[in-house]
Amino acid sequence: MSLLLNVTDLTVEYPTRFGTFQAVKNLDIRLEQGEIHGLVGESGAGKSTIGQAIMGLIPNPGYIATGDIELNGESIRDLSQTQYHKLRGAKISMIFQDPQTSLNPLLTVEEQLVETIRQHSNVSYDDAFSKAVGLLEETGISDAKTRILEYPHQFSGGMRQRVVIALALCTEPDLIIADEPTTALDVAIQKQILDLIKHLAKKRSVGFILITHDIGVISEITDRVSVLRNGELQEVGPTRIVLQRPTNEYTKALMAAVPRLDKKLDRFANILDDEVQLSTPELLWKVDGASPEFASNWLLTGERHESDDKPVLDIQNLDVTYFKKGMFSFGNDEGFKALDDVSLSIPAGKVLGLIGESGSGKSTLAKSIVGLVRPSAGQIEFLGEALKFGKARSRQDATRRKIQMVFQDPYSSLNNRRKVEDIIGEPIRFFGLAKDAAEQRKIIASILELVEMPQRAMLKYPHQFSGGQRQRIAVARALVARPEFLICDEPTSALDVSIQAQILNLLKDLQAQFGLSILFISHNLAVVRQMADEVAVLKNGILVEKGEVESFFSGPKDPYSQLLLSETPSADF
Amino acid sequence: MFAYVSRRLIQSIFVMLTVSLLAFAMFRFVGDPIAVMVGQETSIEDQERLREQLGLNDPVIQQYGRFVSNLLTGEFGFSYRTRQPIGEMLLERAPATIELGIVSLLISLIVGIPAGIYTALRNDGFLSQTILITTLVGISIPTFVIGIFLIYLFGVQLGWLPTFGRGEVTEIGWWKSSFFSIKGLEALILPAITLGIYQLTLTMRLVRSEMQDVLNTDFIKFAVARGINYRSIHYHHALRNSMVPVITIIGLQFGGVIAFSIVTESVFQWPGMGLLFLESIRYVDIPVMAVYLVIIALVFVVINLIVDMLYFAIDPRVRLQPEAG
Repeated sequence: MSLLLNVTDLTVEYPTRFGTFQAVKNLDIRLEQGEIHGLVGESGAGKSTIGQAIMGLIPNPGYIATGDIELNGESIRDLSQTQYHKLRGAKISMIFQDPQTSLNPLLTVEEQLVETIRQHSNVSYDDAFSKAVGLLEETGISDAKTRILEYPHQFSGGMRQRVVIALALCTEPDLIIADEPTTALDVAIQKQILDLIKHLAKKRSVGFILITHDIGVISEITDRVSVLRNGELQEVGPTRIVLQRPTNEYTKALMAAVPRLDKKLDRFANILDDEVQLSTPELLWKVDGASPEFASNWLLTGERHESDDKPVLDIQNLDVTYFKKGMFSFGNDEGFKALDDVSLSIPAGKVLGLIGESGSGKSTLAKSIVGLVRPSAGQIEFLGEALKFGKARSRQDATRRKIQMVFQDPYSSLNNRRKVEDIIGEPIRFFGLAKDAAEQRKIIASILELVEMPQRAMLKYPHQFSGGQRQRIAVARALVARPEFLICDEPTSALDVSIQAQILNLLKDLQAQFGLSILFISHNLAVVRQMADEVAVLKNGILVEKGEVESFFSGPKDPYSQLLLSETPSADF
Repeated sequence: MFAYVSRRLIQSIFVMLTVSLLAFAMFRFVGDPIAVMVGQETSIEDQERLREQLGLNDPVIQQYGRFVSNLLTGEFGFSYRTRQPIGEMLLERAPATIELGIVSLLISLIVGIPAGIYTALRNDGFLSQTILITTLVGISIPTFVIGIFLIYLFGVQLGWLPTFGRGEVTEIGWWKSSFFSIKGLEALILPAITLGIYQLTLTMRLVRSEMQDVLNTDFIKFAVARGINYRSIHYHHALRNSMVPVITIIGLQFGGVIAFSIVTESVFQWPGMGLLFLESIRYVDIPVMAVYLVIIALVFVVINLIVDMLYFAIDPRVRLQPEAG
């Protein structure tokens, strides 16, 4: 094997108003032919910038400040734009994260493949076409001869990613940079795509740089791994050694924060916190009498259902069918059955983990419970009483307060034009939970501290906070209504591992402290194992298995659950 | 395809019925038509006879039904002002407006689209900024000021181009065209520019922003990463994707050009439908106004239908349903 890529002492800088920002600092990477090298780190670690630097596509006004990039022993750093562009495709290619957006929707797969092939080699249209068909077959698309004539939207997500890989391969590059190639895919498809990448690396001896935040993916297919943080290399070495016996403190912490699939832990380890501490006046700013103790007392005072053995929520034979909307649609619209005869119950004070791939109806179930979607049949009982469906549930209905929800994306679930005080204050005002403005303010400040935010945060706007902090605010907003039942729809899948650990710890603490019943929806099996007491698995709207968490993970009964579990890349080594 | 088009057609019929109802309502609510038609000295008996003749004593529903069926058979009625059949008046005027509209649309597309592409690709260039600022000035000045300015400069000061009317027209059957004589074409230039300048700016800015959006998408980045040459990336990959929303706006704009060329037509005394409409308003010529309203709605509906079909041709996502599951 010979050295394919040698990056030495690479520094990428971005000039900003406050001086230069170094996105990547003095980085070395070596990659051999046919090797898969993982770059792992949290957001802001500079992973993608490295990929851009190698592609020669650092967005303006960034630039390479120091260092050199050698491909096959030749420096490519100082190539002109035209020379560099000749290299792209021919020597280096790239795979993007989201197959939905990385193909041109208006051109057929044939047009895109043939154009790319003919761009780099002087072959006839027919030769290029047959090569394209061959490549599609190689990447696992059956019936490639007819499917090549189709448009990207006619392929499913996993198939589309195969087309993307075929496109990256069709010019026979030596090096492919894969930037989060499976993040947007379901577990089962992720497994297939990773296998494909592994297979291609071996067979065609293509070098891969695999950028990801997912330690599971890293341990699954990479030969070597570089751990990055804030643009600096923390640790590099063979994957097995780095993951099993990390020497660097950050790597150790990162590994500890990854939710484990193989055993249940009480808490997640926090990544060592060397974030810049908020300035002192920030922490000293207090509302009179506000404290986390006040918040927990206040949360416990509200009217509360006497806890007995009955389930909090009992779903019986629930059906949800979506119809195509439209005033003038004709014919028999049979609709799409998103949930089919689902029966579930959630015991008081327990966490039910709901698992399923995209399109399995997880979110539809959550929406039916909160009244955003109208089920077509079945019944939902909440605290022994039947819930009204959809718009039949009035705004004054008591269950509107008792059931609260935390959404997936904290960037879109908080209104950026309102202050945190208004956001958290809204449920208090709406449900009339505070006597006067002073008490409301005290509650807001206290509850912020309860979710481990400084009280002063209430004076700011959501965009002034990071993703993790925003999710804390979202949790605070859900809590302040004094709910008895909380729905968390993928609450951490938009967050980094370390932040995920913090939010999950917070949810665990709050759940234990207030005896909340939680419906915890996630596609991440490891997270569900850590959070849930009971598990339910949905597949295409049908409940395939439910059971106690430990027995589920030690021996799932349904074949589909077994498949899911076996295909989840795990960080155990 | 069939279901798609027939759905659109049914929607269009509903739109047309609504508009015809509005047009019909104009007769009922803008005074007594008999009083407008006849002179002071017509006797009450004569008025009543006329009323009975015109069917104005029939139930409203029946009158509306007659109105619609008349429209469908091309019986547009008579103008109060000129006593001519409205159909003839419109046929005489329509070619002038349609030709003016088409030429101004062509001007806006031929200049607007390339300028949009250029300014999208060379965002910071001097020429780009100049174009953007100039067109901003163009869009901020009202149409009639631009028209008068052009008349002053090219008609009065330089004396190059005629300032009013259609110049020479060639008759092809009933269609009077300005396209076939130098004089006619000369007369077309100033009004077409005046009418087109707003669409030009709009088209350019729309193409520019759509193009910039598309250039930032993943599939363009992926095309760059595959080493596709920039020419193909810009004109094959990016431009086609930018055109989908642009077509909608251009379609609506063209409807607008036909419908609201009123100001330009009156500045240049262009004998088109807009000028006719303006005169009708001045003389409270309700039948003409009503028919004009219906015709313009028809123009919009037809253009929208064409735009929808163009979507169908351009965007495979509309044409082909994704695979099941």
